[in-house]
Amino acid sequence: MAKMTLADLKKLRESKQQAMSERDPSNKDTQVIVGMGTCGIAAGAKDTFNAILDELEKNNITTVLLRQTGCMGACASEPTVEVIAPDMPVVIYGKVNGDVGRQIVREHIIGKKLIDNHIVDRPALDIMK
Amino acid sequence: MHATVCDIITDLVQNAVEAGAKRTELLVSTTPERIEVRVADDGKGMDAETLRKASDPFYTEPGKHSKRKVGLGIPLLLQTCEECGGKADLASVPGQGTTVSFWLDARNIDTPPVGDVPETVLGLMAFDGDYDLLLTRRTRRDEYTVSRMELMDALGNLSEASTLAMAKEFLRNQEMNLEN
Repeated sequence: MAKMTLADLKKLRESKQQAMSERDPSNKDTQVIVGMGTCGIAAGAKDTFNAILDELEKNNITTVLLRQTGCMGACASEPTVEVIAPDMPVVIYGKVNGDVGRQIVREHIIGKKLIDNHIVDRPALDIMK
Repeated sequence: MHATVCDIITDLVQNAVEAGAKRTELLVSTTPERIEVRVADDGKGMDAETLRKASDPFYTEPGKHSKRKVGLGIPLLLQTCEECGGKADLASVPGQGTTVSFWLDARNIDTPPVGDVPETVLGLMAFDGDYDLLLTRRTRRDEYTVSRMELMDALGNLSEASTLAMAKEFLRNQEMNLEN
C-alpha cells in the first residue's frame, strides 16, 4: 500500500465531508468520555474506546464527541464511560468492555434507554471539576 | 504489570497531559532485540523529592484524589523494567517538564507485547484541550512522525467519530509501511 501523506488525508476528509454534511443534522449534542487513568488502562479501556468509535462509525452518528480522560474516581468499576446526551440524565457506566461500549451507542445514544446493570455512582467529589 | 507496552505508554502520556503539557514528544522504537520509549513533556514538572516519591505505589499527587492513596503508573513501569530486563529513567525540572524514558529487552520471555501503536496513539490524541503530541515511530526499517496539530490541521476536531476514524486509517497506513 502506498504511504499516505497529510495531503492525502486532507483529500480524504474533503471527499468524506460532503457525505458527512448531508447526514449531519446540526451540532454535536452528545459527549462520550472514556476514563483512561492507570485503572482504566489496566481494565481494557483502550478496547472500549475503539469499540465505541467503531460502533459510532457503523451507525453513521455524527453528533457525538468522543474523548478520553484520566481517572474518574471509580477505579473498582473500570473501564468507566461517562455519557452526556440530550434528554437523558448524565450517567457514568462501569465495567464497560467493548461489547457494553457498543451497547451504549445502540441503546443509550440511539435508543435513549439506560443500561441498568452498568450504572455506577457519581465519582468522589474531590476529583470533579 | 500492564498487559502491553502500549498500555504503559498510554499511562505516561496521560500523566503528561494531566501535568498541563502543551507539547509532548513520544518516541516508540522497536527492533527484534530492544523496545525503546521516551515521553518528554513541557508540563509542570516535579522537584527531586516528588520525583522520588513518584516511584512509590502508595504516593499520588496531593489534591488529585482525597481518598485514593495509590498512584500506580510509574511503579508499574519500574516493575516491568525490573522483571523483563530493562531500565527506566525519570528526569524532571519544576516548571519545565518531565522526561520518562525506558527500554526493555524484546527477547525476554516476560516482556509484554508492544501492542497496537496506531490505536494507542489515536486514543492519546483524544484528550480534551489544545496540547500537541508528536509521535516518532521507528523500526529498524524506517520511521514516521505525526503530530496532533498536523492531524487537526488536516481533519479538524479530533474528537468526532468520523475524523477519529480517518486519523486511525492514516496511522494504520503509516504503521503498515513500517512493517512491509
